[in-house]
Amino acid sequence: MVLAADAAAQAAGLRVGMPATKAQALVQGLVIQDADPAADAEALERLALWMLQRFAPIVAADPPDGIVIDSTGADHLHGGEAAMLVTLIDKLAGVGLRARAAIADTWGGAHALARFSARPAYISDLGKAAADVSRLPIIALRLAPDLVDSLRVLGFDRVGDLLAQPRAPLALRFGPELGRRLDQALGRIAEPIEPIRPEALIEVRRAFAEPIGAAETIARYIGKLAAKLCDALEQKGLGARRLDLICHRVDNRAQAVRVGTGLPLRDAKRMTRLLSDKIETIDPGFGIEIMTLTATVAEPLAPKQAVSSLVEEPEPDVSGLIDLLANRVGEQNLYRMAPVASDVPERSVRHIPALAPETGAEWPGHWPRPSRLFAHPEPIDTVALLPDHPPASFTWRGVRRRVKRADGPERVFGEWWRRDPELAAVRDYFRIEDDAGERYWVYRAGDGEDPLTGSQRWFLHGIFG
Amino acid sequence: MRPPSALESLRVQVRQIEGRHRRATTVLPFGLAAVDSRLPGGGLPCGALHEVAGGGNGALDAAAAALFTAGIAARTRGKVLWCVTRPDLFAPALSQAGLKSDRVIYLEGGDDKTVLACFEEGLRHGGLGAVVAEVARLPMTASRRLQLAAEGSGTIGIALRRWRRQTEASDFGQPTAATSRWRVSALPSTPLPVPGVGRPRWLIELIRCRAGESADFELEACDDTGHLRLPADLVHGPGQAEDGRRSASA
Repeated sequence: MVLAADAAAQAAGLRVGMPATKAQALVQGLVIQDADPAADAEALERLALWMLQRFAPIVAADPPDGIVIDSTGADHLHGGEAAMLVTLIDKLAGVGLRARAAIADTWGGAHALARFSARPAYISDLGKAAADVSRLPIIALRLAPDLVDSLRVLGFDRVGDLLAQPRAPLALRFGPELGRRLDQALGRIAEPIEPIRPEALIEVRRAFAEPIGAAETIARYIGKLAAKLCDALEQKGLGARRLDLICHRVDNRAQAVRVGTGLPLRDAKRMTRLLSDKIETIDPGFGIEIMTLTATVAEPLAPKQAVSSLVEEPEPDVSGLIDLLANRVGEQNLYRMAPVASDVPERSVRHIPALAPETGAEWPGHWPRPSRLFAHPEPIDTVALLPDHPPASFTWRGVRRRVKRADGPERVFGEWWRRDPELAAVRDYFRIEDDAGERYWVYRAGDGEDPLTGSQRWFLHGIFG
Repeated sequence: MRPPSALESLRVQVRQIEGRHRRATTVLPFGLAAVDSRLPGGGLPCGALHEVAGGGNGALDAAAAALFTAGIAARTRGKVLWCVTRPDLFAPALSQAGLKSDRVIYLEGGDDKTVLACFEEGLRHGGLGAVVAEVARLPMTASRRLQLAAEGSGTIGIALRRWRRQTEASDFGQPTAATSRWRVSALPSTPLPVPGVGRPRWLIELIRCRAGESADFELEACDDTGHLRLPADLVHGPGQAEDGRRSASA
């Protein structure tokens, strides 16, 4: 029987559940591989581990074909839920896996939406899971196939139909499973995720005789756990790049906090500072029973000799500050700018991580550059002589300005090796000064003569100081 | 007549009320006698909060003000943290004002609140040369916290005020705890004997300065080491260049 088919096979008319002999009759020379559920489960486990290291502290394999992630406390590192989902799908596509993903309030809801919503990436708004799930077919509820069949016979097609029915007759006829799955999808009963914990993971844990809840108490125990973790890391000569703090509450829910560092870290004080900054995101509920601190990603960290101040003044270490800020605003919002060899202004800058080694490279300083560059050049109306004179006056944002002085043109050619339409494209940049003394950077799309080089319209691209 | 010792004891009392022994405040001189002579201590105090805004249209884009700030930051040592809400700063221009790309760490905060929090965190750390934040609103409480953070660590903090609408720019008149307050507006550039745009000039107004008086300066923009320059036609001119012009407005 066909258990899985790739895109090409599906295009040829193969379907999951079809007998293998029929599939071979349909397609000549069909490549058939025996199912190996053990190897599949192992690969899924490996994928879950990869996600644990990169995305979130609570990850579990959801066999046969899924992975469940508790994104609470981790999406800030990726710039929010939507950005995280896009990154996840892109990363998987990079290694040749086509994934569908969804974020919802509950495991059941996310499971159903990921598999049965029309979009490959779906984010259900907070508290909207019931409405989203009720539109889906009942097969989305993780029910046994024969149960789905008998429900279909009775005319139930969508989850919403089931929700509209009184529960007791359904439970009497189909057993407790149906009600349980419905409640799990809607978040009426809890469904804890059992996170994977690989063998080599460096983890310290502390169980409390009495549940704790106050922020100060949590901070104190974070300090104690961090000291223990640093000892464990030191024995192995490692430094942590990702730290996960998981607080198990008395009501069997887990609250997770993840912080990332730019460089391997083995300093209990700094770890405590980074984690304590996130205490406000932990909801202790009725109290926390167990706290575990894990170095999910650890890298070798050898002791380094300090620079003697006799020879040179040591550069103050700002990596602690960078980590703190990166965990607050997200890693992609903290960066340095590095030059790129491109004449097109918006392409001449790229972002590099804040703690990347110094490049020493600079932009060529032949021509003045504006201190503010608009992401989208703004169209302006001009009075200008063609082909190579600067404008005599221009209107920008409804204000007409007379041009007193101008420099230019500085011609920038399109980068034909990037995109075909840029083969002939030309921009002529002028630096102009109006009668109030304000200096602007304007350009004409095109060389002023040949319509192939651009639209010959004028744009304001930046403002000089 | 009151004996001088009474005045002296009063000063001691005031210092005690201020609550902390100020560390010997270092200053960052501009390298121009005309400007430095107007500032108490002969330069911009380090370990203090300063405010810079643009005049006219500069209140919205703060283009000249950003370069003026970059020039100050370029003359400090160590890394510079630059917090923004709108990422339209063009790094090559900062590099041309002397602030090399390896030294600047940019932080994009979603709103003013995040930016102010990160600004304060940067000032408290003490390992940075300067911390710059582009903010619109700077309430008294926030500026007080920033000023104290800067005093504690000795890092120079510059709040680059930038508003979304011209009407909001009147906020610049509100009192803050900043040590000095500057306004930078673009002036027509130095005339050249040939057609073209000359070296940019700025009208730099020192609107408020703790223990100092306000003043106006007409200067040429930062060169590639972050130093301002006197316009060439004034360098050898009469006394006007030496003391600038007194401003009647404060």
